[in-house]
Amino acid sequence: MKIHEHQAKQLLAARGIPVPAGQVARSVEEAAAAVRPLIEESNNPVVVLKAQIHAGGRGKGSFEEHRGLRGVNVITEGIEGGPAAAEEKVRRLSKKMLGSTLVTVQTGEEGKTVNRLYLEQGVDIATELYLAILLDRARSRNIVMASTEGGVEIEKVAEETPEKIIRAEIDPAIGLAQFQANELAHGLGLEGEVARNFQRFVKALAAAATELDADLIEINPLVVTGSGKVMALDAKMSFDDNALFRHPEIAEMRDESEEDPAEVAAKNAGLSYIKLDGKIGCMVNGAGLAMATMDIIKLYGSEPANFLDVGGGATKEKVTEAFKIITSDPKVKGILVNIFGGIMRCDVIAEGVVAAVKEVGLKVPLVVRLEGTNVERGKQILNESGLDVVNADSLLDGAEKILELTAPADGAL
Amino acid sequence: MSILVDKSTRVLVQGLGNTGEFHTDKAIAYGTQMVAGVHPTKAGTTFHFEGETDHSGVPGRDDTYSTDLPVFATVKEAVAETGANASVIYVPPPFAADAIMEAAAAGLDLVVAITEGIPVADMITVKRYLEGKPGRLIGPNCPGVITPGECKIGIMPGYIHQRGKVGVISRSGTLTYEAVHQLTGLGLGQTTAVGIGGDPVNGTSFVDVLRLFEHDEETEGVIMIGEIGGTAEEEAAEVVAKEMSKPVAGFIAGTTAPAGKRMGHAGAIVSGGKGTAEAKIEAMNDAGIVVADTPSGMGEAMRRALG
Repeated sequence: MKIHEHQAKQLLAARGIPVPAGQVARSVEEAAAAVRPLIEESNNPVVVLKAQIHAGGRGKGSFEEHRGLRGVNVITEGIEGGPAAAEEKVRRLSKKMLGSTLVTVQTGEEGKTVNRLYLEQGVDIATELYLAILLDRARSRNIVMASTEGGVEIEKVAEETPEKIIRAEIDPAIGLAQFQANELAHGLGLEGEVARNFQRFVKALAAAATELDADLIEINPLVVTGSGKVMALDAKMSFDDNALFRHPEIAEMRDESEEDPAEVAAKNAGLSYIKLDGKIGCMVNGAGLAMATMDIIKLYGSEPANFLDVGGGATKEKVTEAFKIITSDPKVKGILVNIFGGIMRCDVIAEGVVAAVKEVGLKVPLVVRLEGTNVERGKQILNESGLDVVNADSLLDGAEKILELTAPADGAL
Repeated sequence: MSILVDKSTRVLVQGLGNTGEFHTDKAIAYGTQMVAGVHPTKAGTTFHFEGETDHSGVPGRDDTYSTDLPVFATVKEAVAETGANASVIYVPPPFAADAIMEAAAAGLDLVVAITEGIPVADMITVKRYLEGKPGRLIGPNCPGVITPGECKIGIMPGYIHQRGKVGVISRSGTLTYEAVHQLTGLGLGQTTAVGIGGDPVNGTSFVDVLRLFEHDEETEGVIMIGEIGGTAEEEAAEVVAKEMSKPVAGFIAGTTAPAGKRMGHAGAIVSGGKGTAEAKIEAMNDAGIVVADTPSGMGEAMRRALG
């Protein structure tokens, strides 16, 4: 689960990790009202207004409705004109940013609607660094990744100058040891008080990752200020969904407006669903088989409309819900149901399909491939239902049939 | 021969809720030696199982079975009383990591964790705990391990299996069934099928199981079924090229999966350009693995690899 920058900074600050002072705003008024206290508190006339969306690249991203307006804006009007001038600028920009669509390299062409802003004190930046904590799957450990190349995409650094990335492995029984923090500071070329500030920062960050079950914390950039402080200028955090049960305060930070509505509905129904752009809806049991079903559709020249795993213990109700979600996508021109019933009984799936079609109707071709436990009974239920269902004998047969049925009249797929 | 489990394997079950009880019944019907249950509050009782024998399993049994499974408070006690040497875990996610560590501490050779949804941090701790201990963990978030006709530990349907010559390793449940079904259909059969699980941190890797199959006399070829996320398949491909004398076939699911999205399994995610199906398929091709183009061609790929 992802959270916003302002939420991540709140979690970090609560753990003694230095972040700039800031205030979240959901309206123009809230944004404007935050300016004066922030300038007075930080004793710095410069403030920064940042769009809050679950995607990076905001500083370089631009608004669809206001070309040229960036997702992150440094407001310097306060230097000459005092808090009132800064307030005026914030008001003007907030009006444009709120409710508009920010397009960045990470949002895709459709962009994301900005519903909240974060107003932050300006920071006197001497150096920009990169720091992250993430899982190293091959080692089954969390690692710290750091680089002197702050403020740019780490994937690019890894590609072009991998020697500029340094790592330290976190032993779950010990945490990040002091010597590792020293090594990291040394590797980044930090010295004296700055090095000590960095060591405290990275140790606290590693502890926070463990405490909060974060699967990623990325501080990019981590900055050293003119006076030698080390602080998180940006903060990206995401969490292990499977551990949210022990972090209710983080679960509450979920912003469903950042997620696809159909995916939210599916999650609430206990289904694993991901919307895609194609025209063939898929309903499958098991994640691996669901991916493989998408792959075979693509290989035969069409595109899957979704990933959908109904799970091992699907009930008639779950199948019905899955059907509703698939058919609510107007792009869907045909549906392929692919079930390998091991524990999942084919007759239960068949009953679910029949009930769903009766409830929501069926306007597109439906191909059903059933295999496994009670397969004959399942096929019988479908055949006797009087519904226009095409039976398939294998995964290959199912893919061929749904492609044929959804092919345009001119024969092109 | 086979790997990991056979007719001498004595299995205890941790987690006797609805799911655990259901699959314990199926395992007994298959002919698996289920010898004990472990449950903190049901200790001292027995669970009764009876029904029709699954004749696709261990041969030479009566048409019905009736078994009383004794329940113990701890794994240690269950092992002492019954001589169990393997465990299967259906314990709910918040408590599953502890159950795995308890099983390992009791000295079991094999621990199979079926549970889906264990926090990654818990599995990191478990892996650290298991370092230097002899027991092997399979899973979590996996269908289990089966040696057809001898022992079934987990949730896979027994009847699609047939004893034969192919070793199966997979990160996915139903995709394993698909592969097994195709192998059975082609008359190739399986020596042992191992589901290593769909989580980013798991007990046993492709590499571990490949090595076991390489040293198993009955196994003539191996099929490995991977999916997007991580680099386990790439590491396996390296080992295939360097160490395997037996032919290997494979399949990778998720060619069409969008980057940055978790495809059902916690571990099935392409992030930062890493873990793509393309990279895995390329590594496998380079290692001489016969990679199936489609999930419907997995059995056929194995047949081609066997020559």
